[in-house]
Amino acid sequence: MFKRATNHQEPAVQITVDGLPVTARRGDTVSAAILTAGCVEPYRYTAVNGTPRAPYCMMGVCFDCLVTIDGIGNRQGCLIPVSDGMVITRQNGKREIES
Amino acid sequence: MSFPESLHAAYDVIVIGAGPAGLAAAATTAEAGLRTLLVDENSAPGGQIYRAITTSPLKNSSILGKDYEAGNDLVHTFEKSGADRLAGCTVWSLDRERVVGLSCGGEARLIKAERVIIATGAMERPFPIPGWTLPGVMTIGAGQTLLKSSGLIPSGRLALAGQGPLLWLYAAQILRAGGHIAAIFDTTPLANYISAALHLPGFIFSPYWTKGLGLIREVKRAVKIVTGVTRLEAQGKNKLQTLVWEAGSRTGSIDLDVLMLHQGVVPHVNLAMAAGIKHEWDAIQLCFRPVLDESGNSSIKGIMIAGDGAGIGGAESAAERGRLAAIDTVANLRPDALAQIPSRDNVRNRLAQTMRGRAFLDHLYRPSKVFRIPQDASTIVCRCEEITAGEIRASIAIGATGPNQLKAYRRTGMGPCQGRLCSLTVTELMADERGKSPEEIGYYRLRSPVKPISLAELASIPQDETAIKAVVRG
Amino acid sequence: MNHTESTNEYDVAVIGGGLLGSSIAWGLGRLGQRTCVLDEGDVTKRASRANFALVWVQSKGLGLPEYTGWTVRASETWSKLSDEIKAQTGIDVCHQRPGGFHLALSEKELEDRRLSLRRLHNQPGATDYKIEILDHDEVKKQLPHIGPDVVGGTYCPLDGHVNSLRYLRAIHSALKTSGVDYRPEHRVSTIEHRNGEFKISTEQGEIRAGKVVLAAGNANMTLAHMVGLKAPMSPTRGQILVTERTVPFLGFPLTTIRQTDEGTVMIGDSREEFIDDTVQNLPINAVMADRARRMFPLLNQLNIVRTWSGIRVMPKDGFPIYDQSETCPGAFVTCCHSGVTLAPNHAFDIAPMIAKGALDLERVGAFSARRFDQIQVQSSGYY
Repeated sequence: MFKRATNHQEPAVQITVDGLPVTARRGDTVSAAILTAGCVEPYRYTAVNGTPRAPYCMMGVCFDCLVTIDGIGNRQGCLIPVSDGMVITRQNGKREIES
Repeated sequence: MSFPESLHAAYDVIVIGAGPAGLAAAATTAEAGLRTLLVDENSAPGGQIYRAITTSPLKNSSILGKDYEAGNDLVHTFEKSGADRLAGCTVWSLDRERVVGLSCGGEARLIKAERVIIATGAMERPFPIPGWTLPGVMTIGAGQTLLKSSGLIPSGRLALAGQGPLLWLYAAQILRAGGHIAAIFDTTPLANYISAALHLPGFIFSPYWTKGLGLIREVKRAVKIVTGVTRLEAQGKNKLQTLVWEAGSRTGSIDLDVLMLHQGVVPHVNLAMAAGIKHEWDAIQLCFRPVLDESGNSSIKGIMIAGDGAGIGGAESAAERGRLAAIDTVANLRPDALAQIPSRDNVRNRLAQTMRGRAFLDHLYRPSKVFRIPQDASTIVCRCEEITAGEIRASIAIGATGPNQLKAYRRTGMGPCQGRLCSLTVTELMADERGKSPEEIGYYRLRSPVKPISLAELASIPQDETAIKAVVRG
Repeated sequence: MNHTESTNEYDVAVIGGGLLGSSIAWGLGRLGQRTCVLDEGDVTKRASRANFALVWVQSKGLGLPEYTGWTVRASETWSKLSDEIKAQTGIDVCHQRPGGFHLALSEKELEDRRLSLRRLHNQPGATDYKIEILDHDEVKKQLPHIGPDVVGGTYCPLDGHVNSLRYLRAIHSALKTSGVDYRPEHRVSTIEHRNGEFKISTEQGEIRAGKVVLAAGNANMTLAHMVGLKAPMSPTRGQILVTERTVPFLGFPLTTIRQTDEGTVMIGDSREEFIDDTVQNLPINAVMADRARRMFPLLNQLNIVRTWSGIRVMPKDGFPIYDQSETCPGAFVTCCHSGVTLAPNHAFDIAPMIAKGALDLERVGAFSARRFDQIQVQSSGYY
């Protein structure tokens, strides 16, 4: 949905989104990285009616950017910077927990 | 990120939010020798207006503009001041005793301050049109955040819709960054030009006048503009495909990949409301704002509010209001240090200058009722719980008189955003439907945690005997 | 049977539009009584918006065996109520009765529980409600996610839960379709009994009714005296935590934890004499969270999205009060803590008595407020 406007000088950061390798840039938030990768749509499905959603506000207020990061669900992707090796999983409905 | 070793157990001043108000306030109290902690949810300082000012990949001002650069001074001054900063840290609780609940790296802590300055700024006003929850529809603020922090511009066909200075600024920035905008749908009600004209003299002498006109001219040269827009509907199956629009009797549709919406900003009141601070309805800016004295003191002793969270005034006035709150704090906690910081009169004068032209902008960009109160029954109002305008009206018909009974009936405001994206719409819709003022209808009763925290974090808060006895009772 | 707003005369005026008042009013509407419900506005003390939504039997009635029988009856008739409400409004209030658990986190807690259940069981006239005392392994068969700190617990097959907020919406919807006037923003200031009718002053004018039912929760305390009744109350505050929506993992409600049909997990509950419901006691939330994660360690990961405090409607001894006035015939007082559990009794039992004009003392005489005249009744602590 987004592309880089400039010849980006920031170092690359390798993450995976739903198992796919994605190259992000230092300074990207998780949401920015997913929106730029373009390989995964929709961003998530809601916990209430299972409708597709994507980040709306990018400033931490709307909670439409929720993703699972390194096994922890319902995290605000728009507030969390990417880091090398981060494993991101899209959410399909309600939060899942493991015992 | 986690709590640093150097963090103190208590502070003279805790400032919440590292935008212009928070940076200026924290720098000023720290310069006066008060032990100051600045807490912010983002990893880098700047707030929304100066988002990613220290880390943006757009290194020169040719895209983002000179005003953005002003954030550098605020950050530098802050960094020299000796205040502590906690980045990537969420404030989830604030009580009347000024105990601040913090969450950082999966750990929760309570830290007490003599003074708390809330500088949580503004958020974009909800823009509840049919289809606004579709992937591909986002706010202009969101687009600008992606531009500032990652140098991103939309790919595919983009349109902007709405009104306000940010719309024109972002449009210009996108064009300068090499992006393309298929169309801009301007929702400014034509009648606003007349009501705003009364306030034109103040505006002409403000810096907004030339800057604003220049931006609009720059954008109009390159983009098709539809003015007087009266209806917008985003359509698409699993993502945005088409925007259908009406402007009076003119109608049309346009295929899009990204639609960005914006109709001004409103104070982000959740933390202040949850703390129990008294708020009132601002009939001009069409939002709730805290009841404050001239320095920013709220109805709760020792808790102040500065910046756009105190009522929308823009970035420059936010910084001055942050300084005013800081000066009042120093006057109370360390009056002998007042000589080391700017005088109240100077700050007041600068604040007055920065507020020039505000009335004109408030009137010109007062959003139209049709975009604040959804007319289509199927339009979602509460994005978290997926509750529509029709369901809210049906709830009023069976007896909901205000947001809190509605919440019980329909769960509006009970989701993770805790009413941030629906509360204003709910209040205005109920007021409209019931023939009451928004003030009479009121707001959701908010409580901590204002942002979700894990059960493990909450469980780690110190317990006491009384608390245990209140829970464990056989 | 529908009235316009200008109609201010009714057979019955019910004061209080929470679960209790609304259930009675709905029952009265079914019987053809011209009924209104007078309620306060948006922000007021509302136990009907702040409850744990259990339909609960186990451990109720210590000190008043009739309360056990009354509660068991409610548990047996809840499904009838939810069926009728669904048929009338289309709203499913998700009543379920899988049985319920109470878990103990130490041998002492389990022993205390065992003792009080034995005392309850040994009361003359006690209704058997088939409670079982279980050890850790027996609990684990039904609740596989319990942690090692759970020593054991009790299970009662009559226990269940419901979506109480949806019931509030459903019963208010049902009032509308039954022709009962629900009138919010009608806070009652005075009630006068004159010439055989009740004149009720509200913030929006006077309402007249042949009968009046006080169902105003703790506010009954002040209203009751106006019609020759009494309702000694001792409200307490309780706090609740609510998590984000989660995939189902908990098939049974517990006294302090339940997963709603929507997926959120509610965690309770505390009891304090301090009754300001606008503030929170964080250490209490910490204790509740800590106990919840010891019961179910997987809860550690979940986010708490909301917490709140509410004021319990609580008669002085913890048991319901149903009474009628001798000096002002036609005036009734109803209050109880368990407005969710007892809703079917209020709709199907109490409402017909009120329609007839007199309580059936054979059935509910034990709940008269006259019990407070005789001895200092001790609270059982369980409600």
